[in-house]
Amino acid sequence: MAASETYPDDLKYHKEHDWARIEGDEAVLGITWFAQDALGELVHYEPPNEGDTIAKDSAYGEVESVKAVSDVIAPLSGEVLEVNAKVVEEPETVNDDPYGEGWLIRIRLSDSSETDSLLDVDAYKQVVAES
Amino acid sequence: MAQMLLKTPLHDRHVALGARMVPFAGWEMPVQYEGVSSEHRAVRADCGVFDVSHMGEFEVEGPRATELLQSTLSNDLDKIGPGEAQYTLLTNDRGGIIDDLIVYRLEELRYLLIVNAANREADLNWLREQEIRGSDVRDVSDEYALLAVQGPRAIERLGLPEARQFTFAEGEIDGVQCMVNRTGYTGEAGCELLVMAEDAGDLWDRVLERGAVPCGLGARDTLRLEASLPLHGNDITPNTDAISAGLAWCCALDKDFTGAGELREIKARGPERKLVSFVLEEKAVPRQGMAIEGGGEVTSGTHSPMLDRGIGMGYVPADSATPGTELAIDVRGKSRRARVVKRPIYKREE
Repeated sequence: MAASETYPDDLKYHKEHDWARIEGDEAVLGITWFAQDALGELVHYEPPNEGDTIAKDSAYGEVESVKAVSDVIAPLSGEVLEVNAKVVEEPETVNDDPYGEGWLIRIRLSDSSETDSLLDVDAYKQVVAES
Repeated sequence: MAQMLLKTPLHDRHVALGARMVPFAGWEMPVQYEGVSSEHRAVRADCGVFDVSHMGEFEVEGPRATELLQSTLSNDLDKIGPGEAQYTLLTNDRGGIIDDLIVYRLEELRYLLIVNAANREADLNWLREQEIRGSDVRDVSDEYALLAVQGPRAIERLGLPEARQFTFAEGEIDGVQCMVNRTGYTGEAGCELLVMAEDAGDLWDRVLERGAVPCGLGARDTLRLEASLPLHGNDITPNTDAISAGLAWCCALDKDFTGAGELREIKARGPERKLVSFVLEEKAVPRQGMAIEGGGEVTSGTHSPMLDRGIGMGYVPADSATPGTELAIDVRGKSRRARVVKRPIYKREE
């Protein structure tokens, strides 16, 4: 069952419809409700490899629905510590729970000051309203 | 200026059901309601209904109607009589496929052609160019709506009698008159209901009341691809021929029709490439236009809801076309293994 539209206020957002949950010098990344809704049911997740370095504002993976494929943009830079294997096996998990079970990767931040450039929930909702 | 999109008589009902509407072949059509996978599964397990009113309908009649169609369509109309239908191709003089369509023999000298929406004008122009005295071709598309009701329980849910595939009859569903065609594009049992445009809303409502799940073009595409049914514009085009596409079975090469000579030659020397169906052996989704290593190309690709794998169709060199052959597909720079399979890619076990 698809989730209903929500944007948790404890997350940081990137205008390319990605979220980050900052946990000390690590962060968990995923795509927002808006992104999964625009794509439709996901059928494939092409993750980075654990140990890869990802760069803020660059693509680190792909999510694909029946109709379209989309790059996933890194809201922050860092090293990939963990890939969500559940989403690799069952990509529709992202549709069901984009901020919980449907997280995509966990990274170790390479520059924690980057978090200052991310949007808070109100600013991101403004992005969604204008999309 | 923005292109004006055409709307079917059911447009408002789709919007009211919360469908996601998209432009398709000049029409604004529902691509999905609840979701492609759930709609797909409804058709495989029970019954779904699609608004395919964007498709074109032509009537061809007159004392020389058969002569006109025998000379322009690839299949042999002598094989069907009134009440029967036939899958056939409209071919150009190179043997290329202008369109694929179903011809319904309404009467001995009166036919209905149901054609792809995107080709309606091209088909009509072509037929008019070939028209001969004593045959009349009319575009009657705007008079009709078309609902495809598909799935193992479709006929039972509509309260219709069993009938052979590729036959048709006058009928009614809960008082709404329609032509009941035993045809479809999903690989499942079912029918297509041709109804007067003004009755389309009533018929749609009755069909939903009988338990059919509304399905969009998204599921129509995944269903037809699982069934290895080619899509004109993707898998077959004016630049591809019926022999290479594996459609020789609907080409009566012993009669004369446009391009028949070219098709006989291709058949005699053997096509250089063939359209195959394939299944990915790794997690990846093939898409139209991706290269197949060794000189091939994906013409349709998607994720199969039933197999939970990437599937597709594409042209490969003839010596790579045997079922079981391993293919390598370039999925955005990564080589992914796939295997040629027998058609259809998916068939429900009875």
